Amino acid sequence: MTLADISSNLLYVAFIAYLIATFVFGGAVKGNKEGTYRSEQRWGKVAITITVIGFLAQLGYFITRWMVTGHAPISNMFEFTTAFGMTLVGGFIILYALYKTAVLGMIVLPIALLIIAYASMFPSEVSPLIPALQTNWLAIHVITVVIAEGILAISAAAGLIYLLKVVDQKKKSKQRFWLEAIMYSLVLVLGFVVTSTFFTLTNYEADFTYVNKDEQPSEITYNMPAIFGMNEFEPMTDGAFTPLVEMPPIVHAGKLTTVFWSVMVGTVLYALIRLIFRKRISAMLQPFTKNVNLQLMDEINYRSIIIGFPIFSLGALIFAMIWAQIAWSRFWGWDPKEVWALVTFLFYAAYLHLRLGRGWAGEKSAWLAVIGFVIIMFNLVAVNLIIAGLHSYA
Amino acid sequence: MDKLICKCGHENPPGTVLCESCGRPLNEQEQNKKLADMRYEGTARRSQTYNKSIIDKIWNFFSSVKVGVGIIIVLLIAAALGTILPQKQYVPATTDAAIEAYYTDIYGSVGTVYHALGFHDLYNSFWFIGLVGMLAISLIIASLDRFVPLYKSLKNQRVLRHSSFMRKQRILAEGPGDADTLKKAEEKLTDLKYKVSTDKNGLLAEKGRFSRWGPYVNHIGLIIFLFGVMLRMMPGFYVDETLWIREGETRAIPDAPGYVLESKGFTLETYTGEGEEEKFGEAIDRVGTVAKNYQTDVVLYKIPEGALPGDTADMEMVEEHAIRVNQPFKFDGYALYQMDFQQDELKTMSFALQNKETGESRGDLTIDLVNPETNYELEDGSVVELLGYYPDFSGFENGEPQTATPLPKNPGFLVKMTTPDTPDGETSFITIQNTVEPLGDNDYKLAFQGVETRDASGLTVRKDRTLPILGLGGLIFMIGVAQGMYFNHRRFWIQQQADGSILLAGHTNKNWFGLKKDLDQVTDHASLPAYRDQQEDMEAQEKREGEQLT
Repeated sequence: MTLADISSNLLYVAFIAYLIATFVFGGAVKGNKEGTYRSEQRWGKVAITITVIGFLAQLGYFITRWMVTGHAPISNMFEFTTAFGMTLVGGFIILYALYKTAVLGMIVLPIALLIIAYASMFPSEVSPLIPALQTNWLAIHVITVVIAEGILAISAAAGLIYLLKVVDQKKKSKQRFWLEAIMYSLVLVLGFVVTSTFFTLTNYEADFTYVNKDEQPSEITYNMPAIFGMNEFEPMTDGAFTPLVEMPPIVHAGKLTTVFWSVMVGTVLYALIRLIFRKRISAMLQPFTKNVNLQLMDEINYRSIIIGFPIFSLGALIFAMIWAQIAWSRFWGWDPKEVWALVTFLFYAAYLHLRLGRGWAGEKSAWLAVIGFVIIMFNLVAVNLIIAGLHSYA
Repeated sequence: MDKLICKCGHENPPGTVLCESCGRPLNEQEQNKKLADMRYEGTARRSQTYNKSIIDKIWNFFSSVKVGVGIIIVLLIAAALGTILPQKQYVPATTDAAIEAYYTDIYGSVGTVYHALGFHDLYNSFWFIGLVGMLAISLIIASLDRFVPLYKSLKNQRVLRHSSFMRKQRILAEGPGDADTLKKAEEKLTDLKYKVSTDKNGLLAEKGRFSRWGPYVNHIGLIIFLFGVMLRMMPGFYVDETLWIREGETRAIPDAPGYVLESKGFTLETYTGEGEEEKFGEAIDRVGTVAKNYQTDVVLYKIPEGALPGDTADMEMVEEHAIRVNQPFKFDGYALYQMDFQQDELKTMSFALQNKETGESRGDLTIDLVNPETNYELEDGSVVELLGYYPDFSGFENGEPQTATPLPKNPGFLVKMTTPDTPDGETSFITIQNTVEPLGDNDYKLAFQGVETRDASGLTVRKDRTLPILGLGGLIFMIGVAQGMYFNHRRFWIQQQADGSILLAGHTNKNWFGLKKDLDQVTDHASLPAYRDQQEDMEAQEKREGEQLT
């Protein structure tokens, strides 16, 4: 087995460990009797042990991959997103050591699993660095950012648990709707993973020629049956599914097709869940939060942000500016990724001012923490895939 | 407004809530509160005191946290709007008209609206810069409004506070004490790194006051940063030029007087996927080619002071250097960056002046495409005169040939050819593979013979004297954030009455858990009366009352 194989196997080990730990944490929380933590204490130990094993395996993946590629493994979508999953779990382990919160594991680990699964949908082969990335600032800037985002995501997880407990599932309200919308969007990510995996396993490929927005002939390979066709597409693969709708040149119909399939499959999954359990997902999760200490969740939410925010400022703005000055001759250029890092910074600055200056704690803080995570995910997913800028290396 | 005179005799500035000296509440509202509002020590903040003149109103507007957060949110949304479509600097068009056309052509009506709203250059728009300016004003005013009174108040703290002040603190202990209680408490508190001061029958122990300055320090950092950004508009602080230099060429560096650069050549390397790079084979196969290095080898010269402009005879070599991406060449406050390149750029074009019918040649001429001559003298007194040169010919406008860029990508020549056969001269317009004879059929033509090419490097010339200021701003911001977030300000006031009873109050700006842990140790050591957390008591009581109602 080569070092590269060892590396990818370690990632599998980590994935499976997180998967098992999720259920053990869930069981640990569920087994609690009202007002007692005995089950949580006993099974929590087992679950955290499995989580730590998974984390060490993923750390092993990270280090061995670094050895194989010769550069910090954070240089493309697969590597960065995987590392994000890792820092998320790492942050959780630290908090568990401090606060012994099994319920946090039950929420953080599935999110980390989704993130790592999402990462694996991107090309994972070892890739060389383009000149702009050949510097130690790659490791310094990106590792700081990924740690900060992992910690900030913990605050969202704590916020989510807070909301799962306090939002009344019996009464129709905006809160109930939006909480369920978060659950639905998590299922959509699962939809993307399921769809991509299915079509990858079945080796689906269809080639088309098209005319791009600069009016040049180009080629594209679809890995899913093409619902949307590129501008003036012509099929090259015999018997391929013919696109139903042709899109104008500025719309990347290939990506749109992927989004369409993910939303379709995700929605079907969500509908099945609702049909089988006859309950909202948030209502299904609510019983798990019966023993949750709201004050503690609020504290974790706030603590994660006061730790994550300075690290984020340092990594995503200060280190980023230093590197941009060296590589691109200007420390700031209003590139979309830069702008969204600034948006994230401003958002958490607003969170802190509202909390410290106007006493926005508890439920308001919880919503803000969740919105912060949405902004981080937007910068990771949408800005990389839709708004192409200087950072779209993946 | 009048000064507020407290029962203790101290004169307080108007607007004071808690007496600066003894801590007694000075207004009825504050007297009726169970717990004192200690955020700014009950000091008189300008924004809470005056609201008459325009200046008061402006001051009050910008000192509000609500307004500050409002500005942050608007700025955040505005910044995000600018990423919907690319900004104009990332669009492959240079003139205003071409940029406008680009948005309409590529993005349809959405693009037209986006451009019409000015969102294509959002971050340079007046309203966006105005918003950033408002944020800066808010940072300054909100900080001053709070910092000045808070600083004064904490600087002039008295040890002995009125019992009404102490009883309104969240942490409170009352009960009998021993003769040496105060002394023992002082011992333990000093042990715990508190600064203890005593006065008559009381003591004040304080730790971590500097953390109260954290927010103001980080705001100062941000203001310094924004000031640095503003400075770049001043001449001399900031240089941003592009220098296209070809292999073998020597050029003066724009905006860097006295410096001349020679290019030895441009190198582009790609990953081969062989040997050491075998591990990258799969990735390279998937995407085609991956660039490994962009490099321009240059020699820097300096023209001695006092030399005439353009006089390069006496210039001295300063340094040979390889400029690569991520490795700019720095000298004398300037930096040269490898930003762009053009491979196989046309260098010269050669033609033969031929008689169209006989094919007889009157000689060859070679046109340097960067510095063309105006007259090319050939055999037998034949002359080719270059009437017009269009390095990057892009078509005709009002009958005039146009050039899109100054780079020789698609050269066009307007020439007049004079030979002994055609003494009046014939005019011809020549581009690659195309000749137009605007004034009727000619006898002679310029027949294309060949080209020479070379690589060109696009370098950015940068000087930015604001960088140290920006760095300082960033550093101060980070220090301020750490100072305010990771440290806290803890205080205890202890008084022993004549009958030996102890009155103790404690306050911290955050982390009450840590404060209580300290107090537990002091209580043990000095056998103080047990303390209670009045806020938790109140919450517990509210909860009980709530339960009774339901």
